[in-house]
Amino acid sequence: MLKDITIGQYFPGNSLLHTMDARFKIIVTAIFIVMIFAADSFSALLPPLIFFILAFALSGLPVKLIARSMKPIIPVLVFTSVLNVFFVDGKALVSIFGINITDEGLIISGMMVLRLIALICGSSLLTYTTSPIILTDAIEKMLKPLSKIGFPAHELAMMMTIALRFIPTLIEETDKIMSAQKARGAELDSGTLVQRAKALVPILIPLFVSSFRRAEELALAMECRCYHGGEGRTKLREPVSGGKDYAALGVTLLFLCAVLLINMGKVVI
Amino acid sequence: MDNIIKADNISFYYSDIQDEDKPAENKIQIFDGLSLEIAKGSFTVILGHNGCGKSTLAKHMNAILLPCGGKMYAAGIDTADEERIFEIREHIGMVFQNPDNQIVASVVEEDAAFALENMGVPPEEMRQRVDDALKAVGMYEYREHSPSQLSGGQKQRVAIAGIIAMQPDCIVLDEPTAMLDPVGRREVMKTVKRLNREKGVTIVLITHYMDEAAQAERVVVMDGGRIILDDTPCEVFSHVDRLREVGLDVPQSTQLMYIMKQNGYKSADTHIINEEECADLLYDILTKGEQK
Amino acid sequence: MAIIKTVDLTYTYSEGTPFEKTAVNKVNIEIEEGELVGIIGHTGSGKSTLIQHLNGLIKPTSGKVIIDGEDIWDKNVKLRDIRFKVGLVFQYPEYQIFEETVYKDIAFGPKNMALDEKEIDKMVRETAALVGITDDMLRKSPFELSGGQKRRVAIAGVMAMRPKVLILDEPTAGLDPKGREVILSQIKKYHEETKSTVLLVSHSMEDVARFASKILVMNKSEVFCYDTPPAVFARAEEIASIGLSVPQITKVFGLLRSKGIDIRGDVYTVEFAMKTINEYLASHGKGGGDHA
Repeated sequence: MLKDITIGQYFPGNSLLHTMDARFKIIVTAIFIVMIFAADSFSALLPPLIFFILAFALSGLPVKLIARSMKPIIPVLVFTSVLNVFFVDGKALVSIFGINITDEGLIISGMMVLRLIALICGSSLLTYTTSPIILTDAIEKMLKPLSKIGFPAHELAMMMTIALRFIPTLIEETDKIMSAQKARGAELDSGTLVQRAKALVPILIPLFVSSFRRAEELALAMECRCYHGGEGRTKLREPVSGGKDYAALGVTLLFLCAVLLINMGKVVI
Repeated sequence: MDNIIKADNISFYYSDIQDEDKPAENKIQIFDGLSLEIAKGSFTVILGHNGCGKSTLAKHMNAILLPCGGKMYAAGIDTADEERIFEIREHIGMVFQNPDNQIVASVVEEDAAFALENMGVPPEEMRQRVDDALKAVGMYEYREHSPSQLSGGQKQRVAIAGIIAMQPDCIVLDEPTAMLDPVGRREVMKTVKRLNREKGVTIVLITHYMDEAAQAERVVVMDGGRIILDDTPCEVFSHVDRLREVGLDVPQSTQLMYIMKQNGYKSADTHIINEEECADLLYDILTKGEQK
Repeated sequence: MAIIKTVDLTYTYSEGTPFEKTAVNKVNIEIEEGELVGIIGHTGSGKSTLIQHLNGLIKPTSGKVIIDGEDIWDKNVKLRDIRFKVGLVFQYPEYQIFEETVYKDIAFGPKNMALDEKEIDKMVRETAALVGITDDMLRKSPFELSGGQKRRVAIAGVMAMRPKVLILDEPTAGLDPKGREVILSQIKKYHEETKSTVLLVSHSMEDVARFASKILVMNKSEVFCYDTPPAVFARAEEIASIGLSVPQITKVFGLLRSKGIDIRGDVYTVEFAMKTINEYLASHGKGGGDHA
């Protein structure tokens, strides 16, 4: 079940998007999110839509990936749209059991759904085309100025790196412990809620114990490799920015302007 | 400097009382008055059963643990010198038992670079050293893989690459093959032997596998925190009774020679540790007919 | 009637994706009640997948698993009952220990079987005695024990369910020679006292050669052979050719044969080797006859 989740996964490639400086990709994604939330009409949502289609085309990723990344959030989409349809005041179109469905409700919920889809698609595109390590490095580099005022930029990045490294190991371990306890007759997938919660104990305790042991051993191995915090550290791969990164940022800003102009009614589509 | 590691009459104990002012009530003595010198460029195996103190001794070699008494020198530096602790660790690398728990990054080459990043090596030089290290352990083709896709033996080689990248004089390996399958064990042993032969790296291998000890230049056998045998593999394994007493095995060839001797075969030789020598000697006995 | 029987057992991982891999391919085995079977094979040969089928942890892609005459995937068979009938001890089982006391941890399995207190108590104490766990240790927290002791507690946890079939996946992994010897002899003792069927997965041909009554060799997802140790080691060269290591002593006799000596090639223990040499010398009139 865990392996079906594609959010946060990385698909290696050599496209323009893959080779862009991750710091710029983060900024561009942030501007894209601003665009979709700044847009206050369907027509204002057009520029971000075009922007996303262009970006996705440049990534060289298969289109069915979009559908796959949407799957887990469908319940959220349905829930928010239903809430909006029923609970926004306005001119009633239909009335069911005293609850009005209004035109404004329909518009707002439509906008909301579109925004959520765009949000997920946009940020997925960032993680699909950027390896977690490069993303971590980029975040570290962007936050570095803040370390002057005591913000633990390096420490945060280090924790992310280790977490990423150990996620597959821990998933595998959980699987193994579950099998081992099942072999001793533990029942994990039946019974009442309380029984099920109790059944987790034989899995969680060994998992905790082993995680602590791993942490201890890893810390020792890190010390043996001269780890002493972020001070004086260099990087194997320093992020480098080039012409295409600035060009991409410029194009993104143009799209943002388009959204704002449509909002202000200067441009009519 | 001939010795890369020198333990001079060191002792070490754990105590269950953390308060330093009070004398410890329950001291658990690991070793007392232990001396050992490891020559530069050598390949030494430290052999012993679990709990004989071999891992504790290994941890003294790069200042993870400090002796409670006596002096420990690593690369000529007193390990008690806190100022030079990172210098010691650059000279004496350490590889542990569980390959999963010593790999930090989720890409092979990033992990190989970890120590160099900590040491502040400039990126261009780092690239070169990382590539060289990965080539030295035969993992260069896997440089962009995630460690979770690798087998145990491959992971352990990545861990070794992460150490070699520091270009240490000596690598201490604490039971690096205990969790591996036979294929992984062979891969690691081959890598370690090649590093010793081709790059002149001093190897200290801690193990309880006698077949690994048979491949070393020198075998140090520990029991109860003491060194009980210290010689070439042939000499060490000829002490069949002594080794069995401390819960260790000898190669089957040596075992056969030992039983033959007991059965009165005079030319049986318990210094034999590998199958070729054993077959040669048996050939002579079987063809010429041997006597007592 | 065979206690374990598989019919064209096949299992394919990640079917329909690029990662598709057949881990077990059309495996047909029949294991008689009361055997002590050694299972040998490379990592990835399918042996781990095979044993997880035998207690229903994995559902076959096609084919059948028949335990004690019952198809375990039949609608009327409760899988949980099968798990009590076929006890499975995983690799590094000490990592699944979770209770506050050794006693409670060993009692976990029997408790899940819904036995009454008295029976549980009897099972726990009997099994503990069998694997050398003292009453004093039963009251302790399992986390205070040494590695080898924890391993024994974990194995006892499965033995205490008194399964008709006990399967152990590399029970000696990572232990030193003494620890290996202790565990193997306890398993042997359990086998003899309970008259149950035991399946032992191991990487060590030498261990399997000494303990097993039958050997199952897996290679590339298929059964390579299933036979008695002498019959299996008679094919020593073939086994070496699929990359499995044969005991050193078997290699010695292989070398002797290649030197032109007409001596048996299925020698797999040192004692057997001694006997073979004496017999050879006696039959060739070169002395040593009194040793035979």
